[in-house]
Amino acid sequence: MPWLEVLHGGLSTTVQDAGRPGYLAQGLAPAGAVDGFMLACANMLVGNPPEAAALEITLDGPVLRVVGDTVMALAAVEADWYAGETGWPLPTWEAVLARDGAVVSVGAVRRGVRAYLAVAGGIDVPPVLGSRSTHVRAGVGGLDGRPLAGATGSGGPHRGDVARWAGRSVPERLRPHRRSGPIRVMAGPQADAFSRRGLRDFFFGRFRVSARADRMGVRLEGPPIRARGGYDIVSEATAPGSVQVTGDGQPLVLLAERPTTGGYPKIATVITADLDVMGQLRPGQWVRFLEVGEAEARRALAERQRRLEAVRAHLEARPPGRPWVVVTAAGVYRVE
Amino acid sequence: MLVQELDLAGGPVRIRPAGDAAVLVELGDGVDPAVHRRVMALWRTLVERPLPGMIEAVPAYRSVLVTWDPRVTDGARIRAALERRLREAVDGRGPRRRGRQVTIPVIYGGSYGPDLEAVAERVGLSPDEVVRRHAAGRYVVYMLGFLPGFVYLGGLDPALAVPRRASPRLEVPAGSVAIGGSQTGIYGLGGAPGGWHVIGRTWVTLWDAGRRRPATLRPGDRVRFVAASPEQAPPGWQEAAGEPRATMPAA
Repeated sequence: MPWLEVLHGGLSTTVQDAGRPGYLAQGLAPAGAVDGFMLACANMLVGNPPEAAALEITLDGPVLRVVGDTVMALAAVEADWYAGETGWPLPTWEAVLARDGAVVSVGAVRRGVRAYLAVAGGIDVPPVLGSRSTHVRAGVGGLDGRPLAGATGSGGPHRGDVARWAGRSVPERLRPHRRSGPIRVMAGPQADAFSRRGLRDFFFGRFRVSARADRMGVRLEGPPIRARGGYDIVSEATAPGSVQVTGDGQPLVLLAERPTTGGYPKIATVITADLDVMGQLRPGQWVRFLEVGEAEARRALAERQRRLEAVRAHLEARPPGRPWVVVTAAGVYRVE
Repeated sequence: MLVQELDLAGGPVRIRPAGDAAVLVELGDGVDPAVHRRVMALWRTLVERPLPGMIEAVPAYRSVLVTWDPRVTDGARIRAALERRLREAVDGRGPRRRGRQVTIPVIYGGSYGPDLEAVAERVGLSPDEVVRRHAAGRYVVYMLGFLPGFVYLGGLDPALAVPRRASPRLEVPAGSVAIGGSQTGIYGLGGAPGGWHVIGRTWVTLWDAGRRRPATLRPGDRVRFVAASPEQAPPGWQEAAGEPRATMPAA
């Protein structure tokens, strides 16, 4: 069975799948890929189910040695990856055949924040509470509950049908996040706790993504948003995408590893279809919000599903492209 | 603002929007045992008979968050089903169910409760009196949350209320029993930061991700503390509790 040897873990690389729902009432957020669309694309490229476990790479990626032949693919808004430590650049959005002993390194994620590296068969760490997702703060899942580090053991992929998938690729037009626009939100549970001016500042304001952004949440900087009765509410459970406004009047958008309860008022909730994009905003980037109703949120989710289906249909209908990219211990070549 | 209000026998219920995959059902105002009993009534019926398409129900002091899979159902259907369920289960006529009674041994003070002296000074009682009053309390688990296995307990003697620490501790050991404001609670997961005053520690494992149900306590459980000495603790528990838990069961 092929497996991966971690030579260098990267900035923060974790094993993630679709997450671990069902434990919120015990204080455990589901974790899972922050950008589920990209996770699904990376998996489908190598013939995995869309929700299989893959590596979520943050800003700067790992160096891995492949033991046994496998097929790998990197999905990213824009990222570099190479054969060897700094060798030949490899194509993203394409299933690459990696031969026994090949070293691949993911360099900088240049646009977006997170890239997804999938291997045929998925990452075979033991599931914890029904999922392989890493919840770093809880020390649960993935490789010992932690991000990959240099010289950590291995997450071994199962044997996949290597030859069948090598060379398949997702064309530019089917890749996500090419369009920039406001993040769509619905009014939050405590929208009525904000002054008219506070609501206006949030829905018409422009916010900068701060450096305090991780899998737990994304802190934003902008005009202070005024709450009428202060910023303390009786603690209650948080929904994914909740936009809390903390005591300094600044919004915090909660993501996959969110605190499951909180005592700050929530002005809005990011719609399910836009959580992928929310999790790809880079520190320093500007963001606006657009209020929509549930009907629009449902249309957006159906549209996301259609786009995923289009990727799947493309990958299943077309024979592998030529040439294939093959990475070996000695370097990289193409099969004509 | 889309907040829907229902009149129920026990008092009004507000259903607040929380996106395209969740709603928040608010069953009263403030932190109040009667409101929490309504929360428990709704939560238990949702756990026993989940609504179609529902993923989870999460109880808190005065509310229950209900989440669903938006590919399977929608807000209108969930709200309609919730309204029926609320009228059935939370109208105040059903049998009042009590949670389990759980007794938790606590080693108060010393290195186990580094803030006991400071709390005593702050509230103007002796450390022994703080311990006596804390252990005499009859508590109810209001909710688990923010961190895995953190237990929020209602029922603290008002004389022991003390504002949170000015600077949070960076790492609180698992099992730490603490006071924050008018509440008391237990840190289930070790190694997490915490702003509450730690007055003692229990050796009972309250969080273990290697179990099918990681959290030992459940919302609605009734908790009593008994003062214990370190000699009563099972050998080796401190080493185990000090580490952040990264349990992975053998496949």
